Amino acid sequence: MFTKPILQTARSGLMMGVAAAALVVAGTVAEAETIRWARVADALTMDPHSQNEGPTHTLNHHIYETLVGRADDGSLTPRLATEWAISEEDDTVWVFQIREGVTFHDGTPMTTEDVVFSLDRARTPPSGMAALHAAVQEVTAVDDTTVHIRMSGPAPLYVQNLTNTFIMSKAWAEENGVATAPNFAAGEEAYSVRNTNGTGPYMLVERDPEVRTVLRAFEGHWDDAPAVTEIIYTPITEAATRVAALLSGEVDIVQDVPVQDIARLEQTAGVRVVRGPENRNIFFSYDMTSESLASSNAEGNPFAVPEVREAMALAIDRNAIQQVVMRGESQPSAAPLPPFVNGWTEEMDAFGDPDIERAQELMAEAGFPDGFSVQLDCPNDRYLNDESICQALVGMLARIDIQVDLNAQTRSLHFPLIENWETDFYLLGWGVPTFDSQYVFDFLVHTREGSYGSFNGSRYSNPELDQKIQALATMTDLEERDALIAEIWDEVMEERIFLNVHNQVLAYAMRDGINLDVHPENQPKMTTVTFD
Amino acid sequence: MLAFILRRLVQSVIVMLTVALVAFALFRFVGDPIASMVGQETTLAERAELRDALGLNDPFLVQFWSFIARAVQGDFGISYRLQQPVMELILSRLPATLELALVSGVLAFVFGVGFGVYTALRRGNWLSGSIMTVSLIGVSLPTFLIGVLLIWVFAVELQWLPSFGRGDTVYVGDWWRTGLLTESGRASLILPAITLGLYQMTLIMRLVRAEMLEVLRTDYIKFARARGLSSRAVNFGHALKNTLVPVITITGLQMGSIIAFSIITETVFQWPGVGALFINSVRFVDVPVMAAYLMLIALVFVVINLIVDLLYYAVDPRLRVDRANARH
Repeated sequence: MFTKPILQTARSGLMMGVAAAALVVAGTVAEAETIRWARVADALTMDPHSQNEGPTHTLNHHIYETLVGRADDGSLTPRLATEWAISEEDDTVWVFQIREGVTFHDGTPMTTEDVVFSLDRARTPPSGMAALHAAVQEVTAVDDTTVHIRMSGPAPLYVQNLTNTFIMSKAWAEENGVATAPNFAAGEEAYSVRNTNGTGPYMLVERDPEVRTVLRAFEGHWDDAPAVTEIIYTPITEAATRVAALLSGEVDIVQDVPVQDIARLEQTAGVRVVRGPENRNIFFSYDMTSESLASSNAEGNPFAVPEVREAMALAIDRNAIQQVVMRGESQPSAAPLPPFVNGWTEEMDAFGDPDIERAQELMAEAGFPDGFSVQLDCPNDRYLNDESICQALVGMLARIDIQVDLNAQTRSLHFPLIENWETDFYLLGWGVPTFDSQYVFDFLVHTREGSYGSFNGSRYSNPELDQKIQALATMTDLEERDALIAEIWDEVMEERIFLNVHNQVLAYAMRDGINLDVHPENQPKMTTVTFD
Repeated sequence: MLAFILRRLVQSVIVMLTVALVAFALFRFVGDPIASMVGQETTLAERAELRDALGLNDPFLVQFWSFIARAVQGDFGISYRLQQPVMELILSRLPATLELALVSGVLAFVFGVGFGVYTALRRGNWLSGSIMTVSLIGVSLPTFLIGVLLIWVFAVELQWLPSFGRGDTVYVGDWWRTGLLTESGRASLILPAITLGLYQMTLIMRLVRAEMLEVLRTDYIKFARARGLSSRAVNFGHALKNTLVPVITITGLQMGSIIAFSIITETVFQWPGVGALFINSVRFVDVPVMAAYLMLIALVFVVINLIVDLLYYAVDPRLRVDRANARH
């Protein structure tokens, strides 16, 4: 793969695209079409259950399939399951109708036994997916097309947890000694890390970790043949190189476009940029419970005073952050959840102009007329422009005399601070893979106990609210449940547990003539690519 | 002789152990690997369990000892990030780095000596002047910037050379994957090799130039000219030959740093070598890979120094006499 030939294939590829489009109209697709796809990081493993991680799932979605899929608008779509519902006799049982006529890449047919095996493998440690299936008690194949999943109680939203849980072949897994997910501590490489046998639209042809992965369309796939017949997936870590590779015609699609390059790429002939909201919002939170703050000179805990939290909300200028820090590439919002998540309302999202005078009054009322000092912990390599967002906030809070000492560091040092309750004031980004508010409450609002509240760095604890959050898990009447969600949000917004900044926006850049929409989970599928 | 070699070997082992100890002490400040190993749904109890299973809660010296005990058996564990055995991972990436280092080392040596001789002989002409100026840029610009500039000019604007990767590779033997035998592999090598070798080239060039200027002033060169030898014989047969001894020593020692400092070049060009592997491992806090990489680099330096020492010992009789007198 080198310059001249690449340019030629790119050009002839374009021609073929035109030809293919013409053929589609005529009713047949014959031409081969290759997409060279670059993003910042490679999948960590090809094992379908070992890692619950974005790039890993994104690549695996092409090789393996899930029972239900997630469309670009966030809704669920049938994939290996054609229908799903809560059993009419027993509200703790989910019933899945499994698609017929599906075969694995090795030619064997997929059965309900494979589905049962895969779900069991996914929910058994050391699988990285186990936490999503903690409420599952038993998975059974009722007949050739029906699978029952028995939960520990009613679980109306469980199906939302299945969008990244892949189905693999039982016989293949047992033959190759990977009947359980690979173990980090085991000390040897599992067969499934570099070999696959899924039912997905593409087969793994070549896997050279962190160099290149080649996938080819699987002819025995149950669905319509995709326009893209070959995928060459290359991780390119360095942002400048990634963009250069697109401009030089060496790759066709760049998934992680640096914010500062978006505007320039849009003005480049032959390149187009598509944008869409990501399922991730960025917010600040603070220890609002402890007696005093370790990093503050204030007496007592200023964040525990509601007026201080309100003053901070009045001091933050979200629009300025959007324009200056994000160069327009974000959706400023006061709601600590992305707009397509169940429970989001426009009221939560809305925010007024910053009002420094009023904020200063509130600070005085709270007993901090001269402000206070505090340390802000911030990651510098996890979210888009994360450190710059924190820097902007430092300036904004200085206007109400809060002297913020910024501590920006790498993600592996930042997140343990939240986990260990060693930060007074921090930035966090949160995605909601279940597309339901309960996920936010479980991890960020509920008192930290058991599987709840692991990212609740505010130490917020409200037993009454905890009860409501727990009740959500088993409510099957969705209207009643939505009302309860709204009630919980009212309380959370009232208490100002989060100081939300914005929702992240994703941008993909690609050669002209290629169409690919932004996926809210940042999991684009090459099957959805069309050519002009 | 044998005693000397043994003594050097013992010293090398001590150096390796020290490097391992320092590396392990540093890992404590890199962060918590668990955060990047598990999904956000993982409960705190499960995180603690994994941390325990990986031995991350053990006291520092226990972790260090178990690492050393396994390392001497050639077992560096399994990568937290890629779930492959570390030894296999590093061996599979090593050829890429060695080829890049070798090619850029050769480029640096050939062009460094060539330019050095030219600028020494043709002082004051415009070409010498411009070579000297460009070489100043070579030492003063950061590697990262040089790489990006080269990509911009030769990959994006001119579209002559690829901007990233190693091109097509073929296996030579069981595990050595080379890009030198394919057209795209050779094309991919050019820009990274220039980026990595530019600094060394400048260094060698300036060294050769200074040495040449020194030698050209000596009496035996004047005498050679007086004898009526051709300037070619004088410049290359006598002058250059006598400047090359220190140049070869420096070049040999620089090979170690080329391998070690290929990290930045590999990152910019997405070159699949051990340097890029190391950087990605640091981001992920992949302790087994980081530890093995640092040991490897220490080994490279130790081996090169050992060879250089042994060569001196063999070449320079004075050293032998000194040591014999000192009765070590």
